[in-house]
Amino acid sequence: MKEVVANMAGNVWKVVVNEGDQVDSGQDVVILESMKMEIPIAAEAAGSVKELKVNEGDFVNEGDVIAIIE
Amino acid sequence: MAKNQMHEELRERIEQGGAEKYHQKNADKGKMFVRERLRMLFDEDLDIEDAFFANCMDGSLPADGVVTGIGIVNGQTVCVMANDSTVKAGSWGKRTVEKIIRIQETAMKLEVPMLYLVDSAGARITDQIEMFPNRRGAGRIFYNQVKMSGRVPQICLLFGPSAAGGAYIPAFCDIVVMVDGNASMYLGSPRMAEKVIGEKVTLEEMGGARMHCSVSGVGDVLVSSEQEAIEYAQKYLTYFPENFRSKPPVLDAIQPEAFEKSISDLIPENQNAPFDMLELIKRLIDKDSFCEIKREFAKEIITGLARINGQAVGIIANQPRMKGGVLFHDSADKAAKFIQLCDAFNIPLVFLADIPGFMIGTKVERAGIIRHGAKMISAMSEASVPKISVVVRKAYGAGLYAMAGPAFEPDVTIAFPTAQIAVMGPEAAVNAVYANKIAELPEEERPAFIKEKHEEYKENIDIYRLASEMVIDDIVQPDDLRDHLNKRLEAYQSKNLTFTERKHGVYPV
Repeated sequence: MKEVVANMAGNVWKVVVNEGDQVDSGQDVVILESMKMEIPIAAEAAGSVKELKVNEGDFVNEGDVIAIIE
Repeated sequence: MAKNQMHEELRERIEQGGAEKYHQKNADKGKMFVRERLRMLFDEDLDIEDAFFANCMDGSLPADGVVTGIGIVNGQTVCVMANDSTVKAGSWGKRTVEKIIRIQETAMKLEVPMLYLVDSAGARITDQIEMFPNRRGAGRIFYNQVKMSGRVPQICLLFGPSAAGGAYIPAFCDIVVMVDGNASMYLGSPRMAEKVIGEKVTLEEMGGARMHCSVSGVGDVLVSSEQEAIEYAQKYLTYFPENFRSKPPVLDAIQPEAFEKSISDLIPENQNAPFDMLELIKRLIDKDSFCEIKREFAKEIITGLARINGQAVGIIANQPRMKGGVLFHDSADKAAKFIQLCDAFNIPLVFLADIPGFMIGTKVERAGIIRHGAKMISAMSEASVPKISVVVRKAYGAGLYAMAGPAFEPDVTIAFPTAQIAVMGPEAAVNAVYANKIAELPEEERPAFIKEKHEEYKENIDIYRLASEMVIDDIVQPDDLRDHLNKRLEAYQSKNLTFTERKHGVYPV
């Protein structure tokens, strides 16, 4: 089990995977919007998306868990 | 004859280092014997060895656990100290420390680079009175390092532990290369941490190579083997002169790697969309010439040595793919040290700006982003080497300043035709100026109003307008940038500037 974590504070702009999806290491899971920039947050390990912890529009702080990859 | 035989036997014994079982233990961990490491590092081998017979009256401590001497790397004379972890785990006794101090003094006298091949458990507690508190105790090693800093390159290859006081050897070097799995740095071991503060933690978690190269930033380069560490050091040295008095060697010019996509193809039209700055760098520099420093740490800024037409340069580039290229406290700190490194050894600086600004919010304020940002701006201001600033896409707010903006005496500020320079980006600016007005408007009218104000703002900060006002010195097509940089670098070669006269600044560390 591997957590996908926000690397900076911002709003969740787009969630680009669904629960149950297979993702590769390096594949984007969500895109944050912060400092007026698109900030892609990628999975650090391959696996299936067990749980998405955020919805579009949510504020996340640096270090918050966005998703869990199994 | 008997004396000769004795001499040869002794020499052989010392050369073999510690007991066989320690050699085996090291081999099991993928660690080479210290003399093998040196053979691999030097063009030939260690040419001159000092105090080979140190502590030879005690049969159990060959060379007192450290090899010191002089050899040649890429044709360049360098001094070296290398711990022998088969001898009492590479620990420091009185003579170990004296040997290290003496080779540092030699490096200072000869004004040549100093390499530290570290693999040591730290002080020999049994010898502490002789090696710890004295004028020529271990403290002198660090004092010398500080004195040598910026005079000659100092490189640390960390093959094993670097414990307690010993952890300061890497800390005072220009660069620390760490072997994943074997190298570590810590002030107190996990055992001590548990005893003294009650923390239960593994060595790898607390002071491992991966942690230091990606989290603390004390390590600079993470490698997977000792051979890779040595090859990195050999490559790194090619960018440096032997000391601060000379210029870096110029190598044969090599064309950049060929790619299907050109630089202009790489840059997205949408200012806010990410792209990979590393791809742009590859198209600017001589093929395979990138020697990245701190790749795993504060990835929103890229720092690395490279060559353009054979000439060494230091590149500082925002990475929009990571955290939008926004500067954080760690990235500012990373850039500050890199700028100082290049400036100390006469390596010209190229800034590639694509920066929305410094990060804002509680987290970074508490981490002291203002003083870390000030540190980067200090280092950049003080750099007196040729300094070229390129605005690739945008330079907003203090981001413009940190990336060698026009007020900081770059030799030139260049921009791509689509670049934007402003206090803030259009979205933020329109919001700041017209927030009340937008709120008053009926909802259906808002998008059109915002769009109109965006356009107005963009016109106001149009790059040709800034060129007309001579804020920037030239607008260059992305695919012409390499040639342009090459000409500028050649023209600025004779730059010889003293930043200002004083003892030293009071740095915002």
